[in-house]
Amino acid sequence: MISLETLSVGQTAKVLRFAGGGDITQRLLEMGVTPGVDIRLVGSAPLGDPLEFEVRGYRLCLRRSEAKKIEIQT
Amino acid sequence: MKSSTIRVALVGNPNTGKSTLFNDLAGLHQRVGNYPGVTVEKKTGHYQHAGFTFEVIDLPGTYSLAPRSPDEMVAVDVLLGRRAGESAPDIVLLIVDATNLQRNFYLVSQVLSCGLPTVVALNMVDIAQERGIEIDVKKLAAKLGTPVVAIQANRGQGIPELKAALLSASQSTPAKSENPFPAEFIDQALGLSSRLDSNLKLPLPLFLVERLILDGNGYLEDQLLPINAHAEREYLQSVRQSLSQHGFPIPAGEAMARYAWVGRTLEDVVRTPTERRLTLSDRIDAVLVHKLWGTLVLLAVMALLFSSIFQFAEPAMSWVDSGVGWIADVVGSQLAPGALRSLLVDGVIGGVGAVVIFLPQILILFAFIAFLEDSGYMARAAYLMDRLMAGVGLSGRSFIPLLSSFACAVPGIMSARVIENYRDRLVTMLIAPLMSCSARLPVYVILISAFVPSHHYLGGIVGLQGLTLLAMYLVGIFAAVGVAWVLKRTLLRGETPSFVMELPSYKMPSLRTVLFRMAERGWDFLYCAGTLIFSITIIVWALAYYPRSDSLVAETIAGQREQLAAEIAAAAPDSSARNSLLNKLEEFDQQANLTQLEGSLHQQYSFLGRAGRLIEPVVRPLGWDWRIGCAVIASFPAREVVMGVLGVIYNLGTDWDVSVESDQSQLRDRLKSARWDNSGEKVYNLPVALSLMVFFALCAQCAATLSVIRRETNTWRWPLFTFAYMTGLAYVAALLTYQVASRIWV
Repeated sequence: MISLETLSVGQTAKVLRFAGGGDITQRLLEMGVTPGVDIRLVGSAPLGDPLEFEVRGYRLCLRRSEAKKIEIQT
Repeated sequence: MKSSTIRVALVGNPNTGKSTLFNDLAGLHQRVGNYPGVTVEKKTGHYQHAGFTFEVIDLPGTYSLAPRSPDEMVAVDVLLGRRAGESAPDIVLLIVDATNLQRNFYLVSQVLSCGLPTVVALNMVDIAQERGIEIDVKKLAAKLGTPVVAIQANRGQGIPELKAALLSASQSTPAKSENPFPAEFIDQALGLSSRLDSNLKLPLPLFLVERLILDGNGYLEDQLLPINAHAEREYLQSVRQSLSQHGFPIPAGEAMARYAWVGRTLEDVVRTPTERRLTLSDRIDAVLVHKLWGTLVLLAVMALLFSSIFQFAEPAMSWVDSGVGWIADVVGSQLAPGALRSLLVDGVIGGVGAVVIFLPQILILFAFIAFLEDSGYMARAAYLMDRLMAGVGLSGRSFIPLLSSFACAVPGIMSARVIENYRDRLVTMLIAPLMSCSARLPVYVILISAFVPSHHYLGGIVGLQGLTLLAMYLVGIFAAVGVAWVLKRTLLRGETPSFVMELPSYKMPSLRTVLFRMAERGWDFLYCAGTLIFSITIIVWALAYYPRSDSLVAETIAGQREQLAAEIAAAAPDSSARNSLLNKLEEFDQQANLTQLEGSLHQQYSFLGRAGRLIEPVVRPLGWDWRIGCAVIASFPAREVVMGVLGVIYNLGTDWDVSVESDQSQLRDRLKSARWDNSGEKVYNLPVALSLMVFFALCAQCAATLSVIRRETNTWRWPLFTFAYMTGLAYVAALLTYQVASRIWV
């Protein structure tokens, strides 16, 4: 599987599914990171973590450890 | 007949301008309280319109109505009229960000499922227009079946139209909204609903029944179903399984269904430009989250924040100080000396004054924080600092509260409200008082200048005194890191909280919102100072004042004088020893000395003085005598008092002022010459000074901090815990410091 963490800056991908579950998944779903949605990596913080994404027209940041659990299709 | 008060619940995502709209509607008619049992602020306001009173309930900003904790449950309970003594609101006012409709409409979908009359306020339409987003407001209203009003909350535009829409919505019945879920889900929910009703006599609103199925983390199940309803729980589980098998997975199914509804609703209503445009917000971000520039800007903002708390607050603090001094003088001059005067002047005015002096710092800090939050920069600061804070198991959101605590833990703890995750918020609040606040500075400065030799290294750039001061700050930081690490692994263990955070578009904050926030927090603090801190101060005052025994003090003074006279009589006539003794007697008899001695003796014979002697065996291993023990107990309400108390004990009188340089040097001299009662050896040396400083770096001697923790956590458990762990930590660290240091410097 390819995870969201492996995206390079400026690249867009489609969200497929979530590995694991729990509150974080629920939270991501509410924030619009749903299966099938387009997500683009905008950049990363100075220390390399967290990552900034664009999804549904707004900016969202996630830690690498969280992005790792999101499976994508480029 | 309809009552003349119409209750409006204000709901919306964070960063949509919700508090600005609330202020637009309610103006100065607002009240802030707490919902019982949770840490959620209850903010209500009201306004008059067309002969009706509209009561506005400002619910906490949220992305979703899927409660996972008691705090999140509040909004749902309010909307469904499930809070004791409160019916459901008459109207829901839903504010959405026009530049970010998709995500905002997720909440719209959930609110419409509650079945209440709803009015949608479309905020920031101006920015949406700038970005080329075209919204057909009329068509949107028709599709939603609710009124939609375009507003610009920060400029107050569209508010009259919004009020008119609220009025007409209160007089009409709501249109039935489209259920976004597939037929199978709706059938299952209806089945579960009637089952709960007939088997458990649990008539739940359909919205909650749906939530029971959708929220798989168990919170709602435990809240709504009786513990012994095993059959119902199993049934619920089977409903979830069957839905998953039919292509409706839990929890993803809800988001997919609702976002599909959002897509259908918005498709022919909103036109967004197809090519990506670089917005103003993007261009600002190119600098502010840039690897190099972003870091530099963050450092500059923090430096500005920090120095403004110290410097801008200083003049205001000295006004407060002289104001309090003036009141004390006026009250003091009106009353005869005695218990009442001392109670009012030293206890009430002095005590509350010592707390109110923090008000300027709190106001400045909150003006800053409100500005940072409203402009959208706060989220960027958290984003930039997250990696660093993750090292101790916290998130970037803890950074600002902890940094603010170097100025004063009170606003630091109050600003921890921005942290969503309860455990993170709690850990942040519990370690915030370990940051060396400005009230510790005088303690450090006096002791360092008196006992740490002023050696210089590296050609005078680095001084030992400065290094010692730095060490005191580091002691606090390292202790905080350690405590956070331990708490995250013991008491507050749990799933690593997520850092799924929106980076909102930048916007110009409204001055009104900033001022309101500032006033709100200032009032919070004054209320705290006026009640709890006030009572604690009175207790400590009484301990230091009673039992007043004038005869005992007079006897002691007479005894000391007699002893001096006897020594003179015994000395050889005309010897230099005799002459110096005579000088001593003359000094002794001066009125100023007698008054100061009286004050000192009264303190020694008070309950506090006795307590100091009582705990001497406990503080002896730290190198302290009973006087220091006494001063530590007396400084419980506010740690900066400790130097003042030592001043009184060492006969400097009560008019003594820590901030005056000559008084400071007088105290330094007294401390340097203080001797143990029995052996006559000097009490203070470097190890004692160090142990005292380390103790004050780590102890929780601040009633304001503890009562704010109580206020923010809504329970006494956490302030008591903070006091216990910090005092324990301070004692052990001071003990180690003294025992090690006294073996190095003998």
